[in-house]
Amino acid sequence: MKTYARKWTCLILCLAALLLAAGTIPPVMAADAPDTASPAAPAAATPPAAAVAPPAAPAIAPTTAQVQKNLDFVWTLVAAFLVFFMQAGFAMVESGFTRAKNAVNIMMKNLMDFAVGSIAFFLVGFGIMFGTNPTGWFGTDGFFLSDFARDADKWLYAFWMFQVVFAATSATIVSGAMAERTKFLSYLVYSAVISALIYPVFGSWAWGGLYHGKGWLEKLGFIDFAGSTVVHSIGGWAALWGAVMLGPRLGRYSRDGKVNAIPGHSIPMAALGVFILWFGWFGFNPGSTTAGNPDIARIAVTTNLAAAAGAITALLTAWWIFKKPDGGMTLNGVLAGLVAITAPCATVTPVGAIWIGAIAGVVVVLSVLFFDRIRIDDPVGAISVHGVCGALGTLLAAVFHEEGFSLARLGVQALGVGAAFVWTGVTAGGLFFLLKKTIGLRVSEEEEMDGLDYHEHGNTAYANFQLIERR
Amino acid sequence: MKRIEAIVKPFKLEEVKNALGEIGVTGMTVLEVKGFGRQKGHTEVYRGAEYVVDFIPKVKIEAAVQDEMVPAVVERILTAARTGKIGDGKIFVFDLEEAIRIRTGERGKEAL
Repeated sequence: MKTYARKWTCLILCLAALLLAAGTIPPVMAADAPDTASPAAPAAATPPAAAVAPPAAPAIAPTTAQVQKNLDFVWTLVAAFLVFFMQAGFAMVESGFTRAKNAVNIMMKNLMDFAVGSIAFFLVGFGIMFGTNPTGWFGTDGFFLSDFARDADKWLYAFWMFQVVFAATSATIVSGAMAERTKFLSYLVYSAVISALIYPVFGSWAWGGLYHGKGWLEKLGFIDFAGSTVVHSIGGWAALWGAVMLGPRLGRYSRDGKVNAIPGHSIPMAALGVFILWFGWFGFNPGSTTAGNPDIARIAVTTNLAAAAGAITALLTAWWIFKKPDGGMTLNGVLAGLVAITAPCATVTPVGAIWIGAIAGVVVVLSVLFFDRIRIDDPVGAISVHGVCGALGTLLAAVFHEEGFSLARLGVQALGVGAAFVWTGVTAGGLFFLLKKTIGLRVSEEEEMDGLDYHEHGNTAYANFQLIERR
Repeated sequence: MKRIEAIVKPFKLEEVKNALGEIGVTGMTVLEVKGFGRQKGHTEVYRGAEYVVDFIPKVKIEAAVQDEMVPAVVERILTAARTGKIGDGKIFVFDLEEAIRIRTGERGKEAL
């Protein structure tokens, strides 16, 4: 009873703090109010509504620019919703590749990193990533969407929505690599920190110019159209440090160096996840135009071709090495192709995209085997797919650039890749180290053997099914 | 009365069930089981790591029959469940002391 009382006191204090914080940001609310109060008379405020009126009023017919603006809003938001659906894809991939006894935990992590990340990105992350950036290293304003008070431009909402799903993608990559052994509370803390600081700071270097900022990397001409490095490598390298700090799952590696398979509980679920991710990527890459224009067609084509090529070469590589057309590796191959084409998708030809996807498909299989050899346990291959192939795609953006290869361009790309590795190593590595020394990063052996579902969440994913495996 | 216990390959269950139905076996119980005999396990590969599955899924069919039916039942199971490859399974025959139908309280042959 005592502990319950203490927990409730804690909760009430937290809520009180939140309310106080909300009280300190009245300008947003105030500026927002007249705008949200207007839907009663939308015709006066927004010209497009007049478009449906009969031609009796040609004077207020929308101009081409207004139609284009509306199209940009719609496309950017539809793409944002597609990218949001990728959260479901990650949840399916990760739970399919892991054991049934941890499925509730995987679902909770994928759900809560989006929820916590959304709030963190609203409060802190967006301002750091896209605020006015005098130094080139981080943004300094625009927190709580407060820029809306200054400009009253609804584009900020569309743009923020598109960016928050990207931030959440970066955050959720990590949960797969840390699956089946991480303390839930520590994962929540990590989710807040990556969305508030780790991702946005690097993002401001490469993408700040999309809004009010201007980062040092983009000034050099760094190409990362939709985020091979900004989103995927950051998530992938954070996953690397998470997996390193945690250590492998119990029984994963024998003393004699043998790698023991820990089969995931549902390959169909993992495959559904990959299909969802492939689908969502049509928002991720073509949506990164944040404009409804003909460019999105080419980007959709390069995205699709790279995914297809990645699947084929990963399949062939796995077939050659393991003598069987391995399902899990082929699924990783699709994702490897998609991650790799994310940076160059707008600046390569379709043939270039096939090359990039094909190379990524081979590399991802070798990379998964490599991380197993050095005993870094990544149950779903997130480090290889997102970290390694994100870096690879960013470099290949220079190699297969439609204007031809240029060493200078490759140098800038390599600088960006290296910066992402170092930045994430210092911050995510430091964060996981701190978590390990304070609240603890890993559950006890008993909890791990019984499954995180039972000990962390108090129930099981598949009630009525007896799960007798105990390893 | 005898109790017949047949462990067979799962995809043979339907054939065995039909074969026994044809000769008048009126009931049976089926269990999903795992195990190995001379067949031992088999090797699978998951994400590049090989592992041995020691216990292979099988189906265990249990039926209680009258003594005189035993040869026919065994014969039918042998024919229906055989593929000729290792792992076809086994048949065990036990003495059955008593059978009681719960609904009516009938005993012995009447309960089968």
